[in-house]
Amino acid sequence: MGRHEGAIVGKIFAILVTIITIISTAIFISRVWWLPPDISQLGAGIDHQMNETMVSSGVLFVLAQLVLAFFVWRFADNNDQRKIKIFPGGATPMVVVAIILVGAEILALTLVGSRVWASIYVTKSDPNSFTIDVQAEQFAYYFRYPGPDGKFGALHPDLIDESSGNYFGLDPANDTTARDDIVSASLVIPVNRPILLQLHAKDVSHAFYIPELRIQQDFVPGLVIPVHFTATRTAKSEIVCTQLCGLGHYNMRAYLEVMTDVDFKKWLNDQSAQ
Amino acid sequence: MTSPHSSHDAPRQSFLRKYVFSLDHKVIGLQYLDLSLVAVTTGMILSWLMRMHLGWPTKAIPGLGAVAPEATGGIITPEYYLSLMTMHGTIMVFFVLTTAPFAGLGNFILQLQIGAEDMAFPRFNMMSFWVTFVAFLVLLAAFFVPEGPPLSGWTAYAPLSAVGKDAGPGQGWGQTLWVISIAIFCIAQLLGSLNFIATTLDLRTKGMSLARMPFSTWAWFITSVIGLIAFSVLLPACILLLLDRVAGTSFFVPSGLVISDRLQPHAGGSPLLWQHLFWFFGHPEVYIAILPGFGIISHILPAVTRKPLLGPRVVIACMIAIAFLSYTVWGHHMFMSGMNPLSATVFSVPTLIITIPAAIMTLLWIGTLYGARMRFTTAALFCLGFISVFVSGGISGFFLAQPAIDSYLHGTYFVVGHFHFVMGVASMFGIFAGTYFWFPKMFGRMMNETLGKWHFILTFVGVYCIFMPMHYLGLAGNVRRYSAFTVDYMKGSVPLHRFITVAALFTGAVQLIFFYNLFRSRFRGQIAPTNPWEASSLEWTTSSPPPHDNFGGQHPVVYHGPNEYGVAGKDGDYIMQNSPESEPASESAA
Amino acid sequence: MNSLSLESRPEPARTGVWVGIAAISMSFAAYTSALIVRQGANPDWVHFRLPPILFLNTLVVLASSVTLYVAPVGRPRESQLAELPAVRARREINWLYVTLGLGLLFLLGQVIAWRDLSSQGFTLASSPSSSFFYLLTAAHGLHLLGGLGGLLYVAHRVARSSESQALRAYRAASLYWHFMAALWVYIFVLLAVRI
Ligand code: HEM
Ligand SMILES: [Cu+2]
Ligand SMILES: [Cu+2]
Repeated sequence: MGRHEGAIVGKIFAILVTIITIISTAIFISRVWWLPPDISQLGAGIDHQMNETMVSSGVLFVLAQLVLAFFVWRFADNNDQRKIKIFPGGATPMVVVAIILVGAEILALTLVGSRVWASIYVTKSDPNSFTIDVQAEQFAYYFRYPGPDGKFGALHPDLIDESSGNYFGLDPANDTTARDDIVSASLVIPVNRPILLQLHAKDVSHAFYIPELRIQQDFVPGLVIPVHFTATRTAKSEIVCTQLCGLGHYNMRAYLEVMTDVDFKKWLNDQSAQ
Repeated sequence: MTSPHSSHDAPRQSFLRKYVFSLDHKVIGLQYLDLSLVAVTTGMILSWLMRMHLGWPTKAIPGLGAVAPEATGGIITPEYYLSLMTMHGTIMVFFVLTTAPFAGLGNFILQLQIGAEDMAFPRFNMMSFWVTFVAFLVLLAAFFVPEGPPLSGWTAYAPLSAVGKDAGPGQGWGQTLWVISIAIFCIAQLLGSLNFIATTLDLRTKGMSLARMPFSTWAWFITSVIGLIAFSVLLPACILLLLDRVAGTSFFVPSGLVISDRLQPHAGGSPLLWQHLFWFFGHPEVYIAILPGFGIISHILPAVTRKPLLGPRVVIACMIAIAFLSYTVWGHHMFMSGMNPLSATVFSVPTLIITIPAAIMTLLWIGTLYGARMRFTTAALFCLGFISVFVSGGISGFFLAQPAIDSYLHGTYFVVGHFHFVMGVASMFGIFAGTYFWFPKMFGRMMNETLGKWHFILTFVGVYCIFMPMHYLGLAGNVRRYSAFTVDYMKGSVPLHRFITVAALFTGAVQLIFFYNLFRSRFRGQIAPTNPWEASSLEWTTSSPPPHDNFGGQHPVVYHGPNEYGVAGKDGDYIMQNSPESEPASESAA
Repeated sequence: MNSLSLESRPEPARTGVWVGIAAISMSFAAYTSALIVRQGANPDWVHFRLPPILFLNTLVVLASSVTLYVAPVGRPRESQLAELPAVRARREINWLYVTLGLGLLFLLGQVIAWRDLSSQGFTLASSPSSSFFYLLTAAHGLHLLGGLGGLLYVAHRVARSSESQALRAYRAASLYWHFMAALWVYIFVLLAVRI
């Protein structure tokens, strides 16, 4: 029954697994494809966590694949009437190793990881944060700044009118706080100042993803979801949508501009002058 | 009990009863497999179209313009891309990965492995298949409705999926048919799961205690329990979604939505409710896809390594633990969804814990190889490939299970690479292993082993070339479900996308070897003996293919577990489960 | 080890019904959690008075369960299964028809409750509470209709022969029926508490 042919295929498989493991790992290590440089205060924690995971699970990956390849190479049936052998100690060492190795990894990752997570999402935002209202819609983002009065006007979905530029459904005629609200198509923020975004959606679910800030968050219609972060460098980068929202999903984006405080004040003044 | 009515010859039956509305579990199993073969071909063609578009978005795909009016001149529009993606995912998850390894292979083999004549409820079994078939037709019909096929992905998140035509192309009749199809599919799978459970509990032959059930039977049994619970939840969810769409209720649609300049006539619904219901089904669903694979691998490995599986009880315990845990982790799909961030930590812990039983099983499989006398049949190779791919996909799961890292990787190609490895490729390898292994039993003929090996080697390399680079893309922030990469920072990813496209077309072409082998062997293959692989379970005690009542009027009596390999039995280095001989000391103990 | 030998063969029909009960319970658990989440999600929940006829319907469905229970054909011991005289079985079947009648009466009552409610302006889409009201009653009604069909089928079989297979199917079907009554009580309480 073609045992010989089989034995060769076994060897080929072992070699392939080894090659695939080496190449895949080498590409990960080379960082040809990697996260863009981080520009946020909390990004370092995430990057640290990512590296930690990459190393520890990378080791597990390489070990498991290479042992698999080795066993396949070594234990073919060569018609030599060799007696089979049971793994020393039977199943127990496997169970123990799995529980200890994976368990330790889980423990470490959960402990460190949940602290990082908590620092981003669970802690309250800084009370001095600069608040910006963000609305997502098919297929654009709009950012609203409170204007000189520091207050946001109330939203009235029934007043939304794209053609007259009333994206948020403001009612400047009756609502004085709404009159000076500034609406922008890109997110402009001052550097080193805590920012609080309030995400809400006009139509369907969307998301907000800025790789440089290591931030991703869904917009859920009917909810206002807070996101807070601090950018640590002036930069210009892209905001893209990561929640399927319809045909224009791939094209739904905006720019993020992180400016010095001075530039930001100037920008804000220019905007309210308009 | 050997009453006269259980004669071995099939009673004379009409053509319809025998081949179409058959009550014989073997025919129904093959019907399921044939259906999933059609489905997987469809799904694969859709994935080619997607890949070609992603590699060369502006090039026309020859012939496409003629069959799909949505793709004018053969160029795929953004909405048509999303439709292809939605239909691809839905077809693959429901009509391939649920039907083939569970309803298909399970239906054919389970009764043979426990020594039963048929399912507990043959009529339900037949209905289950035909209802699945109807569900498939309803889904395909979505391709031909005026507003186009649905485009909200296989997850169909509300409100996009719930508000109807206003939300854009594909959200009219296409989405409605999608919901109806999935609801019908749920009913079919509930009937099927019920049948599997009752059959396994009640129709085991004499001596077939739970502890002596083959691993694959255990896996199908556990899968049917998961399926019973999961589809019992998806069905209500689909009904609620359908009502939101057609009856104007507001389960999932909140107030104040303005879509296509129209204030939607809904109020107060909760989009997150859909996500919770969907993922309460959705996560267990991935285990419905993969668990039969666990069972098949555990069943085949002893036969091809010629030694007992390491830790047989532990493997079963792990499968049960995974089944149980799979109901506690659904929130890991919702880390970024705006649910309470504390619950992210809560869901992250069981998600990481579930890797322990998975790791134990993997180590036990690898440990089984130690000291083996491995016979590299094609089925064996697919088992080995399964282990390799499962390791790769499992490890990328480590990243996604941590909310802090998922906040970067969620929604990127990293996820696509991950779930294709574990759920797509690993499950497919399980199906392939099972097919090469049991084909002789199904058709009484052997598959061609040389072609099988080519099929394996090329596929194995191909899937790594397709899905490993997706992890790199994800690390670089490349977003999934995009029909083109026009965003500045993603433009650089196009060459890698082209590489993946070429690999996907290549891997797809390789499947032609499998199709050729399948069809040729069905009619021209070498005649198969009763037990070609020298395996110990009951399906190998009856003729290939088995007679209408499976064991020719006999009721096999079982004396041994399924794991008696590497011992000196009367037929060789193994003992058949129904062999009355006593257990000799294991060879290795000497 | 080998408690499941052929001699004391378990009853697949009964197992099937138990498994079905598990599945149906699960889907009603899903409806229930959807109801709780939806009620908590927004302050637009409208409380209304349940149609009074529901109390009557509850009594009817409980009575149907009782009439099924007292029908002796439903409770023969394992040892009697084979010997139950066909004539007797046929006589006891009459109780079964009472059950079927009560089941239909219950469904009729539910329809009256619907009409009552819709005449007050509470329709499927008018408020989340009424959506759930129609949804839960309709889902239960459909399952109960299935139970009616099942009972009718086994009644037919038992009337023709008293072979033990038919009696077992009959016992399984009546188990399902009792579950339907219990499920209704659960739904009724849920609606009463929440709506
Ligand atoms: C021939 C091999 C396959 C190729 C080349 C392929 C390719 C793809 C591509 C390009 C996408 C769209 C990704 C995106 O834009 O986000 C996708 C999505 C998907 N595929 Fe596959 N696929 C293959 C096989 C499978 C199999 C076997 C399964 C079964 C699990 C599967 C399940 C899915 C699912 C669930 C999605 C997600 C759909 C959605 O986002 O709604 N695929 N696949
Ligand atoms: Cu989007
Ligand atoms: Cu999951």
